[in-house]
Amino acid sequence: MNEYDDLILSELPNEELVPQMHDDLYDGLDEEVVEGVNILLERGWLPYRVLTEALVEGMRIVGIDFRDGILFVPEVLMSANAMKAGMKILKPLLVETGAPRMGKMVIGTVKGDIHDIGKNLVSMMMEGAGFEVVDLGINNPVENYLEAIETEDPDILGMSALLTTTMPYMKVVIDRLKELGIRDKVIVLVGGAPLNEEFARAIGADSYCRDAAVAVETAKEYMARKHNQMAVAG
Amino acid sequence: MDLAALLERQGWILADGATATNLFNEGLEAGEAPELWNTEQPTRVTKLYTDAVNAGAQLFLTNSFGSNRARLKLHDASHRSHELSRVAAMLAREVADGSASDCIVAGSMGPTGELMAPMGDLTHSLAVELFHEQANGLAAGGVDVLWIETMSAEEEFLAAVEACRLVDIPWCGTMSFDTAGRTMMGITPARLVELASTASPEPVAFGANCGSGISDLMNALLEICARDPRRPVIAKGNAGIPTYVDGRIHYAGSPEVMADYAEMARNAGASIIGGCCGTSPAHLARMRERLETATIGPPPELDEIVLRLGPLSYAAQSGGARRRTRRRRRRASSRQTGR
Repeated sequence: MNEYDDLILSELPNEELVPQMHDDLYDGLDEEVVEGVNILLERGWLPYRVLTEALVEGMRIVGIDFRDGILFVPEVLMSANAMKAGMKILKPLLVETGAPRMGKMVIGTVKGDIHDIGKNLVSMMMEGAGFEVVDLGINNPVENYLEAIETEDPDILGMSALLTTTMPYMKVVIDRLKELGIRDKVIVLVGGAPLNEEFARAIGADSYCRDAAVAVETAKEYMARKHNQMAVAG
Repeated sequence: MDLAALLERQGWILADGATATNLFNEGLEAGEAPELWNTEQPTRVTKLYTDAVNAGAQLFLTNSFGSNRARLKLHDASHRSHELSRVAAMLAREVADGSASDCIVAGSMGPTGELMAPMGDLTHSLAVELFHEQANGLAAGGVDVLWIETMSAEEEFLAAVEACRLVDIPWCGTMSFDTAGRTMMGITPARLVELASTASPEPVAFGANCGSGISDLMNALLEICARDPRRPVIAKGNAGIPTYVDGRIHYAGSPEVMADYAEMARNAGASIIGGCCGTSPAHLARMRERLETATIGPPPELDEIVLRLGPLSYAAQSGGARRRTRRRRRRASSRQTGR
């Protein structure tokens, strides 16, 4: 069957190679994605262009099908791993070439909660979208978030919880930020299966993100708004 | 007390409601492990059980959802898996034995929170070991049945079933269909039916719990019952969706809505009907009342479910959404891709 014929990536012109890389990301083929990244770099593409046109665009498609209930966590993890493999090559080059950054996010699962599948997906997809991500891991007491906000100065704080017993802890963190007068310094995004938009508002978060794809879109929107505000103020 | 025998005799059983959200009302703090209360606050755990039984539940889950080593590790208590499981069951046994009505003690076993290999670090044998330790503790405390719940991964579900086989106690199992009608790992209700019918030993009952919104759960239930009209089916849905009111978590579903749900779940074919997050004793009492007074009718249509219980959290698929078709695939012969 033709569709199962082996392809030689290096023989494809750019306009076919890039969509093929989107497909390979979709299928979670890490070796092929790495190969594609290297070919584009050899052809003189800037690392930032490889990132946005090949990887970020590919993950955007994955994100849409994840949001629409066509892909589920295992498939998206495969895709994210493939993207990570490609990012490994690009990351140092992006720093060297001074590529633009979308923004910075500190993210962590709250105290008492060990669930990090969703949070890891958000981390990877945010990185894929050009954000710098500082991942605090699981089981974070309020102090960890405060310290990271102090040292990392992020634009966005992300909190994740999967348990009924841990989701109220997000409010503990937000209340503490308010007490310290630093709540408005960061955009607070929250996520996790039992949450919803109304709950997020009630605890004082900026937005609830249903899944990793929504998190990326929401973060981008807030960053765009922030830039506009700064432009107006400046 | 034998669950299968009780079901045979009564036709249906009201199961209990929430564990954690009810313990919040007793003073459990966000982020704390409810299982530690088995030894620190045993009277409050006993009260949780007693309240459910007094409200009319004849099957209740032990406070051991997260009493596996992986989850307890967070609270520096991974070495206490057996002990906390055993005490959870012992306290429950006392309540059941002291009750005037026939009562089933179901040993709750929730997911480990870890990702199974090859995507994650948790191997099958390690998962079996974790669940076996927990199941042993629950068995030592005197549970009637083991109750695998809120599962989303097939591999983890099967590891828990294997642990039940090792301790040789009958089991029930439920999954949480919280993502577009499937579990977050992509398991469909139809797949759960296959898993239940091929498991060894077979479950006493199986079904759905928790998830996002009670209409989602009902939709999964309809599919399960349509595919397996023979084996007893479990419905344990949340009392609506969580909201934050006056500094505490509140689930939006009223006792009346939960009574509607209980009636519709039984009409759909469920025979073990209870609540999950947010379901208080007040909800249970109304559910019991309704189940006793209502006559059994035909399975509800999705329209009726949505009308009475609220919208689905996702667009119900007609024909089913599909993966994108690839333009071409490389090395497909030498690599396994997708599912």
